[in-house]
Amino acid sequence: MTTTLRALMGATALCATAGLAAAQDNVTLTVATVNNGDMIRMQGLTSEFTAANPGITVEWVTLEENILRERVTTDIATQGGQYDVLTIGTYEVPIWAKQGWLVPLEFDEDYAVDDLIPAVREALSVDGKLYAAPFYAESAMVMYRTDLAEAAGVTIPEEPTWTDIMAAAKAMTDKSKEQYGICLRGKPGWGENMGFITAMANSYGARWFDTDWKPQFDSAEWKETTTDYLAMMNEYGPPGASSNGFNENLSLFQQGKCGMWIDATVAASFVTDPKTSTVADNVGFAKFPTKEGLDNRGNWLWAWSLAIPASSDAQDAAKTFIAWATSKGYTELVASKEGWRAAPPGTRTSLYENADYQKEAPFAAMTISAINAATPQKASVQDIPYTGGQFVAIPEFQGIGTAVGQQFSAALAGQMSAEDALATAQANTTREMTRAGYIK
Amino acid sequence: MARATSRNAKIGWTAAAWFVALLIFFPILYTIITSLKTEQEAIAGFDLIPSLTLESYQTVQSQNNYWRPFTNSVILAVGSTILALIVAIPAAWAMAFSPTRRTKDILMWMLSTKMMPAVAVLVPIYLIFLRTGLMDTRIGLTVLLMLINLPIVVWMLYTYFREIPGEILEAARMDGATLRDEILYVLTPMAIPGIASTLLLNIILAWNEAFWTIQLTTTNAAPLSAFIASFSSPQGLFWAKLSAASTMAIAPILILGWFSQKQLVRGLTFGAVK
Repeated sequence: MTTTLRALMGATALCATAGLAAAQDNVTLTVATVNNGDMIRMQGLTSEFTAANPGITVEWVTLEENILRERVTTDIATQGGQYDVLTIGTYEVPIWAKQGWLVPLEFDEDYAVDDLIPAVREALSVDGKLYAAPFYAESAMVMYRTDLAEAAGVTIPEEPTWTDIMAAAKAMTDKSKEQYGICLRGKPGWGENMGFITAMANSYGARWFDTDWKPQFDSAEWKETTTDYLAMMNEYGPPGASSNGFNENLSLFQQGKCGMWIDATVAASFVTDPKTSTVADNVGFAKFPTKEGLDNRGNWLWAWSLAIPASSDAQDAAKTFIAWATSKGYTELVASKEGWRAAPPGTRTSLYENADYQKEAPFAAMTISAINAATPQKASVQDIPYTGGQFVAIPEFQGIGTAVGQQFSAALAGQMSAEDALATAQANTTREMTRAGYIK
Repeated sequence: MARATSRNAKIGWTAAAWFVALLIFFPILYTIITSLKTEQEAIAGFDLIPSLTLESYQTVQSQNNYWRPFTNSVILAVGSTILALIVAIPAAWAMAFSPTRRTKDILMWMLSTKMMPAVAVLVPIYLIFLRTGLMDTRIGLTVLLMLINLPIVVWMLYTYFREIPGEILEAARMDGATLRDEILYVLTPMAIPGIASTLLLNIILAWNEAFWTIQLTTTNAAPLSAFIASFSSPQGLFWAKLSAASTMAIAPILILGWFSQKQLVRGLTFGAVK
């Protein structure tokens, strides 16, 4: 009897061990991501990763950006463990890392963590620890039509001021030909118009909050920013600009309707792609403008990055995947399959030192210079209590930023004056910040 | 003269009906038109003439496998509807033929559960799904969709059953029919048009449900609503691809509705004119 019992227990233990081994060998990683060209390309190349790591299967969940944020937040807050790898940005990483929601990332030497662009690495680190690995990163810059500028007799310097931009916008506008001097974001949203307007305000010396977290929309700097933004858009911008976001402006620029477009550096690869852009051969680049006398070029910095939630039960496999997807090797893999132009930009210094990349990507030098110039840890020339370049890295910013964005969009649509938009933004933000406990 | 007026009136009403029908159908039509445009045309502005390219359909199919979410949609919609009917037929029968003083209150209470915004119960339901291992499973979502649509199913069936004279059921009982026989062989066949339209409407509601099906799934149980949501892009043109994905997602239910429209209309107007 005892022998039988022992045999049974032994068999059970063996089965359990075998089961455990099998579980460790065969891991399914669920990767939550957004739909954009670089991510879709990575999905297509996943077979290369699974071939090199036969025990790991990768399942993709692609969602619209805001739905993804909502889903992932619910999952992390409830310790759901539905995802093993998350695609998140520089806005979420510091907030979530401080909450203990993300696993710190440590890679071996092969990964060459020092090759990551310092500004990007810093934006994804908290207390010196890296919490997400950048998949692609961007700053903002001016993209302009060299042919239109030449025809209008204007020169856009490599380091322009807002006065240069406004003069060029005026010279390049010919509404009878549906040719608009400047295209900027107008669609309301913290990641849409407020991304641009916040960066522009930074370059005007404005700040969202003073050191006591009091909103500053009643300041002279914000008034000047708003007045100039509205004047440029109303006089030299395309019609219906209050509903134009990144994608709408991309389309307008590709169709040759914009003289200039100031937006994310990642757009450069789209507007210079002859397959989709009618103006591919006539695009020039310049740094994000600044106000005369100030040395602040907006400090826009965003990186779509891969992170591991603390609730994941496959953290080792997730780290292996992230190390692959954000490695130098991955960049080379993309280049070998689709050419250097398709390499995910903005994350590694070595990419910008690569002569082949420099040759194929005419925007490379300006992109790296824009990213290196961004200091999102100190976005304004004035004293500020927050970090973040084109956003404020506090959890409340999604709601507040979108509410303020609606005021600016309404002002652009002619539904209210600039003064009213700023006054409403000031009142609403003060109320929300008081409610959230920032203002005592 | 009278005939002429009535013919004119008829033409007028027909034109008005066509106008309203087109107005209601237009968003779907425009989605289909957009799916046949290039990405540049799709974002360029309002235009009813597409370049008739199938490029977006090719991209959609090459990026995501359509058949897995399609299968999930079929299982969720049909499964939750059958489950809802199994629960709702006896409930509606009891309320229609053996009403009590509280029947109306119960019906109203059931309907009141539909008045709360879904997001208000997201966290409790999310936690229940997590703790019970139902997250991202078809069975969990089938039961949930059944519960969500149950009040409407009970209400519709109750309305249809009320139209059936109780005397017929009494006659069946006189002939020795048991309760089971009465429901299965007398009541159900008489209420077939009503049940059919309830079934069709419930399938449509379950097919189009896009809050819970996105919140409670990742990969295994994700239906076509999640498939559509995956084509919205923050940086890059996507309207044509999104429209192609939407067209592919609504096509099955649109075809089903087309073929069963007589049944649907008959069921929805059942007992309306006595």
